Amino acid sequence: MLKGGIERITGPVIVAKGMLGSRMWDVVEVGKGRLLGEIIKLVGERAFIEVYEDTNGLKVGEPVVSLGKPFTVELGPGLIGSIYDGLGRPLERIMKELGSFITKGIRLNTLDREKKWEFVPKVKNGEEVSEGFILGSVKEGSITHRILVPKGIKGRVKSIKKGVFSVEECICELVGGKRICMLQEWEVRRIRPYREKIGLSEPLVTGQRVIDSLFPVGKGGNVCVPGGFGSGKTVLESTITKNCDSDVNVVCRTGERGNEVTDIINELKESKDRKGRPLMEKSILIVNTSNMPVVARETSIYTAITIGEYFRDQGYSSVVLIDSTSRWAEALREVSGRLEELPGEEGYPVYMESQVGEYHERSGKVENLNGSCGSLTLISSVSPPGADFSEPVTQAVLRSTKVFWGLDQKLSWRRHFPAMNWLISYSRYVDGMLPWFRKNVSNDWDAVTKGLMSILQKEAELERVVRVVGIGVLPEKEKFVLEVARIIREDFLQQDAFHAEDCYTHLDKQYAMMRDIIRLYERGMKEVESGKTTDKILTKSVKERMARVKYD
Amino acid sequence: MIEYQTLTQVTGPLIFLEGIKNVGYGEIVEIGVDGEKRRGQILELNRDKAVIEVFEGTRGMDVKKTKVRFTGKTMSLGVSKDMIGSVFSGLGEPLKERIVVEEEIDIQGKPINPSSREYPREFIETGISSIDLMNSLVRGQKLPIFSGVGLPHTELITQIAKQARLLTGEDFLIVFAGMGISYDEARYFREEFEKTGALERIILFLNTATDPAIERLATPRVALTTAEYFAWNLDYHVLVVLTDMTSYCNSLREVSSAKEEIPSRRGYPSYLYTDLASIYERSGRITGKKGSVTMLPVLTMPEDDITHPIPDLTGYITEGQILLSRDMFRKGIYPPVDLLSSLSRLMPKGVGKGLTREDHKSLSNQCYANLAEVEKLRALISIIGEEGLTDTDKKYLEWANRFEREFINQREDERREVKHSLEKAWEMLSVIPEERLKRIEKDLMKRYMGRKEHAGTETATSATRPRS
Repeated sequence: MLKGGIERITGPVIVAKGMLGSRMWDVVEVGKGRLLGEIIKLVGERAFIEVYEDTNGLKVGEPVVSLGKPFTVELGPGLIGSIYDGLGRPLERIMKELGSFITKGIRLNTLDREKKWEFVPKVKNGEEVSEGFILGSVKEGSITHRILVPKGIKGRVKSIKKGVFSVEECICELVGGKRICMLQEWEVRRIRPYREKIGLSEPLVTGQRVIDSLFPVGKGGNVCVPGGFGSGKTVLESTITKNCDSDVNVVCRTGERGNEVTDIINELKESKDRKGRPLMEKSILIVNTSNMPVVARETSIYTAITIGEYFRDQGYSSVVLIDSTSRWAEALREVSGRLEELPGEEGYPVYMESQVGEYHERSGKVENLNGSCGSLTLISSVSPPGADFSEPVTQAVLRSTKVFWGLDQKLSWRRHFPAMNWLISYSRYVDGMLPWFRKNVSNDWDAVTKGLMSILQKEAELERVVRVVGIGVLPEKEKFVLEVARIIREDFLQQDAFHAEDCYTHLDKQYAMMRDIIRLYERGMKEVESGKTTDKILTKSVKERMARVKYD
Repeated sequence: MIEYQTLTQVTGPLIFLEGIKNVGYGEIVEIGVDGEKRRGQILELNRDKAVIEVFEGTRGMDVKKTKVRFTGKTMSLGVSKDMIGSVFSGLGEPLKERIVVEEEIDIQGKPINPSSREYPREFIETGISSIDLMNSLVRGQKLPIFSGVGLPHTELITQIAKQARLLTGEDFLIVFAGMGISYDEARYFREEFEKTGALERIILFLNTATDPAIERLATPRVALTTAEYFAWNLDYHVLVVLTDMTSYCNSLREVSSAKEEIPSRRGYPSYLYTDLASIYERSGRITGKKGSVTMLPVLTMPEDDITHPIPDLTGYITEGQILLSRDMFRKGIYPPVDLLSSLSRLMPKGVGKGLTREDHKSLSNQCYANLAEVEKLRALISIIGEEGLTDTDKKYLEWANRFEREFINQREDERREVKHSLEKAWEMLSVIPEERLKRIEKDLMKRYMGRKEHAGTETATSATRPRS
């Protein structure tokens, strides 16, 4: 093991000398308190290290020990339903063993070593297996957790066991003596391999009208959700977590409010998904509140994606929700500043964009090494300073994603939720998903959704006119358009995430609602042409009926 | 203990020292300048060199005579039950009588394990309609006031601090931290409390505008360490007032610039967000503990600009904001709350049936929807004049005028019970045609619309009296 000494300390970054022979991204233990850190730069015998924990009290000359391997996360039974920090430490076990506050230098394994799982084998003795093959499975929550052959292992099964095991016990032995247990490790910054990426064809159904109908995301897709503070990002993400038809959710809250995290934890524990299963039985939470160490915040995104990939490899559709990418980028900037690197735009390091691109590429629908098909959908929220979408992080994420859900503070101040601005948002999956919608919902799905959008477009154009001349002088036809647009906005786009009925709308109902609005519009247009006024067509009772539909 | 006299450089609030041995990062140092003792903290260590920030400033220091001693400790505060009713400096030193220290606590604090937090949902009645009904505060929340220079935020937080109580009638212990505030502000706050005889439930930390800017960096942490001690060790419910966070951030910028760090937006350091989070995130509730820490930071937005880095980053950490507006102030409305830009994120789960009243949420949503409509109409009027409006439009305007004058507006010594605020809002709503009140469920409408009930308004003189 390689051992050096601390030479320089500035906040979370330290420099150690005597580190010749250590490698980039290797994990090190820093100081007498054995704080964890990562090597981020090497100059001669000096290693620059970002320390995951608070460095107060460290002294020059204290030892630095390289563990000789990059940062990994443990994978295996026990992940589901757990809450981890960015370094994969189990927060609930920490609470039980060490109390309500997080102290420095805590080490606890990600996976519980004591717990026993009932392993059911799938392969038989004598079968050839290689990396990614399914050896068997255990029941975990509502998930059949499939145990895969770990990285780099290949051979013939000598004996496969059946029965109750802990994660470290051998469940399979290969010819030649290689023993496999359920626990594996994976370097978080390395993409987990697959056979091939395949095109997206099926939407992630969220039950949110503005998403499913207007800006859908495919299973395996990626989404950028920027929004200033108070625009409802968090509520939107938790609504998706609750309602979407994924198999596994990995919720990564990085640089988040502590109280909000508690809310999410409570909600996951109390809620059920659409199939009536407790939500916690399909969820994993990675949490790094904004006052927890900044470097662990940067790592948490990779930890979350790696876990997402692990379930993808088992043939599941996993959804990884990251809130927020900006906090990750800021951590990157903070560390870059301490390294005295030349800053790029707004002080972010110039490699920020390529790193955003890199980890977004880890989403997708794939054919796995074992032949099954799995997907990883990545939903990244961004918190642009001053709600200005032209800032570097938003732009970097936009370039790497295909769906844009632009949340608008102005809409949320008007209490229009979800505050997704329909004029700037887009989804480049619409055409790819169309065959699915036609087959599973209705043949004229595209006609209806496009009809709806065109009314909203017209409204936006008319609004500009109204702002100048007032509504009074508009021709009756245009007044009617404005009234129908108001119905679309208030009775279709607005959705109450906290209302028992309104929080989820089935696709069939979404379609029916849109169809009714379009019919009302087309019929009304004809009546206007024959001289009827808007008030006469959209009477109080008609309006009331439209308004009640979503609550029924 | 070794004393070093090896200064090489003095820059702004920083001193550079060499030839040192065996000192820890973040350690507190004592600096002797002409017989006067100052304190500082290590900001950077590089081999045998250290960069130290001096809390009391570097005025009068020279590189030859200045003596530096390392204490071996990180910055800590001696706390005790006796602190209640006393005044302290921005570094936590008692200004008058000494206190008997019961415990020494590191002022950095430790992050609360997110799994141990309890979600805040106990409604705090501030007695201010625009907050109670529209942006409710709950125990364990951090709700900043975004103000501007010259707006009455001092009056508002003083009023809240005096009136805040739970519906069960419990009062708060108030920890007030003034950073870079004027002596007048500090005195106003103190006197208001003396008037109501509530000084025995307040602890003051004062870093006035004349005190060294760098000392400000410790003030919020000292205040919060005190608050945590009372909340987590002694079961108190603590309300922490931090004012003015803008001065705090500017000090941070000053130090960062002296360290020659690469600046981020507007010259503030790139870690401003992380730094602010380490302050704001110390509020909350913890499972199994009786006490709580609720936080009301005040910041003045430079040029009233909400996109300025300080309000912007604050907004991303705190659970909402109360925005004071100059327009409302000019109209003579107190408190001049701009409701459309204000928000309480913890409100949805802190109000309603069993907490305040079943109609609370819908009613406030409806008022917000109305305000949004009014905003649109007012923009329209400025172009086409009032004649172009429909009758319904005019009713909205009528509603808005009453809402601003009678609902948002209240006296500085007026405590409105939440029930009273609700009734007031209902009464005004009757102007608007019923089919436009889409945010309110039918059954609530039937139960509350047009109902008259008399709930009282109290004045501050009775503020400390238990509720009957």
